[in-house]
Amino acid sequence: MLNLLWILLGSYVVGILLPFCLPRRAEVQSLSAGVPAVVATSAGVVLGLLGLTSSGFITGSLASTIPLLAFAIRIDPLAAFFLLTISLAGLAASIYALGYVRHFDGRASVSTIGSLFNGFLCSMTLVVLADNGFFFLIAWELMSLLSYFLVVTEHEKTEVRYAGLFYLIMTHVGTAFIIVAFLILFQGAGSFSFEIFRHPNQSLPEGMRTLAFLMALIGFGTKAGIVPLHVWLPYAHPAAPSHISALMSGVMIKTAIYALIRVYFDFLGGQFPWWWGFTVLFLGATSALLGVMYALMEHDLKRLLAFHSVENIGIILLGIGSGMIFHSYGLKELAALGLVAGLYHTINHAMFKALLFLGAGSLLYATHVRNIEEYGGLLRRMPWTGICFLIGAVSISALPPTNGFVSEWLIFQSLFLSYQLPTAFLKLMLPIAAAILALTGVLALACFAKAFGISFLALPRSTHARHAEEVPAPMRVGMGILAVFCVVLGVAPMVILPLLDQVVAPLAGISIQGKVLAMDGWALAPVNVDFSSLSTPTLALLLMALALLGWGLAVTFGGHRRKRRYKTWGCGINLTPRMEYTATGFVQPIKRVFSTVYQPTVKLETEFLDESRYFAKRRRFEFHIEPIFEKYLYDPLVAFFTTLADRLRVIQAGSLHLYLTYIFVTLILLLLLAV
Amino acid sequence: MLQAIILVIAQVTVLLTVSPFLVGLIRKVKARLQLRRGASVFQPYADLAKLFRKQPVLSTTTSWIFTVTPYIVFASTLTAGLLVPTFISQNPMNFAGNIIALVYLLALGTFFLILAGLDAGSAFGGMGSSREAIVASLTEPAMILSIFAIALTNGSTNLSTIVHKTALLDGVATDPSPQLMALASLFLVALAETGRVPIDNPATHLELTMIHEAMILEYSGRYLALLEWAASLKLAVFLSLIANVFAPWGIATTAAPAAMMIGVLVYLAKTAALATVIGMIECMFAKLRLFRVTDLLGVAFILGLLGLLFFYTLRS
Repeated sequence: MLNLLWILLGSYVVGILLPFCLPRRAEVQSLSAGVPAVVATSAGVVLGLLGLTSSGFITGSLASTIPLLAFAIRIDPLAAFFLLTISLAGLAASIYALGYVRHFDGRASVSTIGSLFNGFLCSMTLVVLADNGFFFLIAWELMSLLSYFLVVTEHEKTEVRYAGLFYLIMTHVGTAFIIVAFLILFQGAGSFSFEIFRHPNQSLPEGMRTLAFLMALIGFGTKAGIVPLHVWLPYAHPAAPSHISALMSGVMIKTAIYALIRVYFDFLGGQFPWWWGFTVLFLGATSALLGVMYALMEHDLKRLLAFHSVENIGIILLGIGSGMIFHSYGLKELAALGLVAGLYHTINHAMFKALLFLGAGSLLYATHVRNIEEYGGLLRRMPWTGICFLIGAVSISALPPTNGFVSEWLIFQSLFLSYQLPTAFLKLMLPIAAAILALTGVLALACFAKAFGISFLALPRSTHARHAEEVPAPMRVGMGILAVFCVVLGVAPMVILPLLDQVVAPLAGISIQGKVLAMDGWALAPVNVDFSSLSTPTLALLLMALALLGWGLAVTFGGHRRKRRYKTWGCGINLTPRMEYTATGFVQPIKRVFSTVYQPTVKLETEFLDESRYFAKRRRFEFHIEPIFEKYLYDPLVAFFTTLADRLRVIQAGSLHLYLTYIFVTLILLLLLAV
Repeated sequence: MLQAIILVIAQVTVLLTVSPFLVGLIRKVKARLQLRRGASVFQPYADLAKLFRKQPVLSTTTSWIFTVTPYIVFASTLTAGLLVPTFISQNPMNFAGNIIALVYLLALGTFFLILAGLDAGSAFGGMGSSREAIVASLTEPAMILSIFAIALTNGSTNLSTIVHKTALLDGVATDPSPQLMALASLFLVALAETGRVPIDNPATHLELTMIHEAMILEYSGRYLALLEWAASLKLAVFLSLIANVFAPWGIATTAAPAAMMIGVLVYLAKTAALATVIGMIECMFAKLRLFRVTDLLGVAFILGLLGLLFFYTLRS
């Protein structure tokens, strides 16, 4: 297994260096980055599976000359699971990139994109494998910086530069909090080794533990995109090239989930009061609901998907938060269930979100626009992209029998089992969280019905869409892999759950494998068969059988009738794309019902003909929703820091004499202190 | 195994045969209350037979989504129907999914219907889809809360388990107020989900007021027949759900032939009674404006929440 690890890391290094050593031809360069990435991610998939199934851990360590830093690696089940998730999404993205990166030839350096892509995947892998706090922070920072470079690939555009800067600042603020959290842990342990974090010499006082909890929550929450720290996501994720967006949205934000579980359950030993879990649950519910609500109003496909990442991180946190609550009351089985549900949704979200971003990339590749109002009718022109996107849309809307449904169902069960909790407050809050999850799920359904329906169905709405062509084979293969996983993870939960149980058992302190599966693994029955059960393979079979029955009934009663094709009735005039429902129109009722959240501003200006007030010459429609968090939270903060900087500028007058005085005064002060 | 297969086939047959009758009955009740004679209660069967024999016309604008949607909607509604006990409490498909699975199976149909509404490119279809999306988003949270209230009082989210336990009067709560709240909430949800007055009007001829009918406006022939059948199946699913969860008595608790015969008759009587109530409501109320539906479904949500609160306060 150690050999596999070497193959994994070696291929990434090859993938980072090789593109620069080869002739400057786009095909050669994208192959030289893509092939090592495919090899490395395949090795990662195998290594992840081995790590999940084998009983022992793989550890390796290289000492360094820098004090406190050791390049230590450990593959335990938790790390293996995230390695598997990263590598699966990475595999699909690297195959996809072979076709997609050509799109950038002449506009950006293909070799740089390829090299950074490998570096980005490698740093994410190291984040989950690291077994030393210092090493972890280095890998974390590398991940942030490399993804920043990838975000600003198209740096000639102003909005891309803005997105990059926003991302860079947010991620560094997050890192600062993470460093504080790690320093607190370091204080108890006296070393940066994760092994000593787990078993510190002296345990931290209660106050410090709480501080570590909050710092980790803010720090990692920034990366994960928890509301209100999510504001950078909708800027940065769409700005990056689509296969990078797929990785950022699909897996990079998951490294934060990994780190949260690592810190709370592993380092802090799962010893925490109930309100920690409740905080996580509350933030999860808020993120889920607000994420999907903002996504609904978004018509830029990639921004829409970025907001859905906020939503899905929220859903994952609902699972993990309920797990934490159960854990602090000693309900170990339920805690394990909550964690399993959260982790299941993690890998599911990685699959369907990467798939959807790749799909968005294909649309961008084919039409060169991102606004869904300019798509339309693409299912006929791009059938493969269409079906892959549809599978992704069905999965993210949590519809049976796909993967999103299974994990949301598990989260529902863990929220429903809250009646076993001792306090009335939580007994009531968890079902309300379930209701919020239900609302989130159905709003996601509406949002993806909009995204798919407006983009792929009816008539093309612009010349871009009319001239779209199906994307090249590597891109289709990349999407196809993920689409297959979306279905497989949905109909085969009996294969996935034992693996997840391996991950969760050491964290929750109990194995629930025997209690989640019933009927020889054909049905899921969390903790109690009488309480609830679900069998997606049966549902899938029933759906197919009954659809056949429907067809059979149609043939029996009606016989084989030739279909007639005729144009849609347009009240006497020929149908044009301008008569179709638009995405804006589609979400109008939702906007109106939830106007308290959106605070929409609608402006309609009409210029009339001079001759008559009954004929409009020109109409201008403007609509935007209030970015509440940016306006009321970030703008004041930015204003505060700008004023502060202005005030502090006084001491930096630019005069050499003044600076010499500062040095002199400091010296005197230090000498005084030393005495 | 054999028994299970027979029961599944029986359940499918019962649902398929009973559902058009329920629609016919509602129409009949409405007609009688409006002092009309009305069509026979068996008219929907004739309508279906006629539609199946008609040649389907498909819009040139549509894609394959439009042609597969009727099959998906039909299959998902019928699968949801297999999770609800009708005439026998021990449903063979109980293990395949609980009530959450039922909600999401119905959502699968809704998703494809919304897509089909957008596919033909006509503004009416899009309007229907858009409205269906908002109505669905408002019903679902209310439904989950009322389901939770039911699940708590019965200690299960599996419908057969709930119905079987209640039918045998096993562990029935002495105070029925949580159930009553949940019943009221679920009834409102059922009206919204099945597209009935006051949320939607299945008999409307004005495109601007339609929701469900607007989405299927472009359908004809066998596709329309399947969608109409699926719509009546959905009604049957919700009526069976309400009838058997809140008043399961009379349902067959064993697979004995005599008990099952009685079960079928009782099932018919119960759903017919509920259909009559819906028919009366359709006569007594006008359709609400779309943006007033929010208030009604908000009431459903609060009722579900009250059910939950009552359960916890009564227990402690």
